[in-house]
Amino acid sequence: MTRDEVILAIKDIITTIAPDEELDGLNPAERLRDQIELDSMDFLDIVMELRKRYGVQVPEEDYKELASLDSCAEYLGPKMADIELKVGA
Amino acid sequence: MKQNPWGSRFGKKPNTKDPLAAAQPEYDLIVVGSGLGGLTAANRIARAGFRVALIEQHMKLGGLATWFKRKGGHIFDVSLHGFPFGMKKTCRKYWSQAIADRIVQLDGVRFDNPQFQFETSFTKQDFTAKLVEVFGVERGRVDAFFAHLAKMDFFDDSSLTTGELFERFFPGRNDVHRLLMEPISYANGSNLDEPAITYGIVFSNFMSKGVYTFVGGTDGLILAMREELVKNGVDIFTRTQVDEILIDGEPDDPTRDGPPRVVGLCAEGRELRCRAVLSNAHLKTTVLKLVDPRHLRPAFRREVEDVRLNSSSTQVYIGIKKGETVPHVGDLLFTSTRPTFDTHSLCDLLGESRTFSFYYPEGRPELVGEDGIGRYAIVSSTNANYADWKALDTEAYERTKQELCEQTLAHLEQYVPGIRDKVEVVEASTPLSFEFYTQHPAGASFGTKFEGLEPSMRLHKEVAGLFHAGSVGIIMSGWLGAANYGVIQAAKVDEYLHTTPMDDMGTKDSTQGASA
Repeated sequence: MTRDEVILAIKDIITTIAPDEELDGLNPAERLRDQIELDSMDFLDIVMELRKRYGVQVPEEDYKELASLDSCAEYLGPKMADIELKVGA
Repeated sequence: MKQNPWGSRFGKKPNTKDPLAAAQPEYDLIVVGSGLGGLTAANRIARAGFRVALIEQHMKLGGLATWFKRKGGHIFDVSLHGFPFGMKKTCRKYWSQAIADRIVQLDGVRFDNPQFQFETSFTKQDFTAKLVEVFGVERGRVDAFFAHLAKMDFFDDSSLTTGELFERFFPGRNDVHRLLMEPISYANGSNLDEPAITYGIVFSNFMSKGVYTFVGGTDGLILAMREELVKNGVDIFTRTQVDEILIDGEPDDPTRDGPPRVVGLCAEGRELRCRAVLSNAHLKTTVLKLVDPRHLRPAFRREVEDVRLNSSSTQVYIGIKKGETVPHVGDLLFTSTRPTFDTHSLCDLLGESRTFSFYYPEGRPELVGEDGIGRYAIVSSTNANYADWKALDTEAYERTKQELCEQTLAHLEQYVPGIRDKVEVVEASTPLSFEFYTQHPAGASFGTKFEGLEPSMRLHKEVAGLFHAGSVGIIMSGWLGAANYGVIQAAKVDEYLHTTPMDDMGTKDSTQGASA
């Protein structure tokens, strides 16, 4: 998965968790929580969905790495390099 | 004492057939207890593709989110109706859109006590307006208080109590303290002596966006949840008593790698294997009764022994005759004849404060018959101390219950004139009823005090594969807190099931879930 695909994967997961949120205009450098309505429970869901779809583990102490789309790509990129993107799962 | 066939505090009806007859020999997760936390966790883990069983000692699912019926078409919801807005999102995400769509806002919340009387939308805006216009508090002070609550978090100093917080912002204003505290005391059993953080979190969830309820009653909700569970492949076993959680290993054993770990459980004298157990039983029951002490560090057991219980409740259920009506006097009525407020007196035996929940036909459209006649019910709730009721002998107990019913009807008369002529069923429950039906120690209806949260969240570090999601720490209480705590703990269960290799579990077959 490329960096762009990691961001696509995250956005696709957020779509299922927060279906009413508009994700097209998201600023990748800005915190997700400051742009759309995501609470701490939603982040737990993102972590569970990453585990389910891609077998990627995000330990509790690393949850902060998922704050923005950029930091997601930074943190998950190496973990997901050899995994194929699944969209609409 | 004669045995009530429906179950009563005098004894349970014995099982006539094996409730576990259809059980599989092994599960990934067994959930013990079917309160909203247990139900939500079970659904979450089943949806993630794991094999899940749900075991409940009572004949109905739901724990304290429950109901009962009486002759004449009466149906009563037991937990106080009215939960925070967040329940809608929780139901949508972890249950279904259809369940979430049945959640509607209650428009009539009223206070009536010697200090103030008004109706409120139970929103931050309205509380602000009331504090300024009715109580005459300076606007800046109110805003500062809400801003303070909003930025409180877990890592704050927890030595400040809610009472001290109120005193800091609204010194000497017992009436303001009453407004801010009374609904929360009824909702979660907390008082002014709890850490202020518990108040901050609960207030931000509960008293900010209004009060909501489920159309179709608690039975409608739990039945819909049951259907979801079945659809997602959860095996459900009711009337099944869990005796022990089976664990391999002892703490601090230098010959093993890591802490003791769950291998199964024993219920109704039968062993079921599983990789993980999530207990939705009371924290104290889970740690001190369901786990053999040799698997736990003595210091951890002591920590749980020292956790204080929250208070219990009494309720009076009032069923209105078919064809009789009740004027719309509100949905929730916080009422008291006490001149001033203190939280401990909310627990007084035969006290002067109670919450009335009014149930109108709109809330239960399924009960409207072909004749177009809908049904009304009223439930009065008070907080209560278990010890007060436990101390009574059988005769005094029955007499006190009777008196509670009488006083409640007398109190209700001022809101619903002629109530005694409209009533067909009047019945009371006490802390002893809650103890019988839920098996919670001392009939605790709101779980534990704040210190229960820590050991509950840490349990899986003491015993690998053992998780707790019961009502703890005040903040994980009430319908939303309970359901959300189930989700939080399910996330940990999911991580454990994905990261603990099957081989480690000593099981032979099945890799379902790990690859799903």
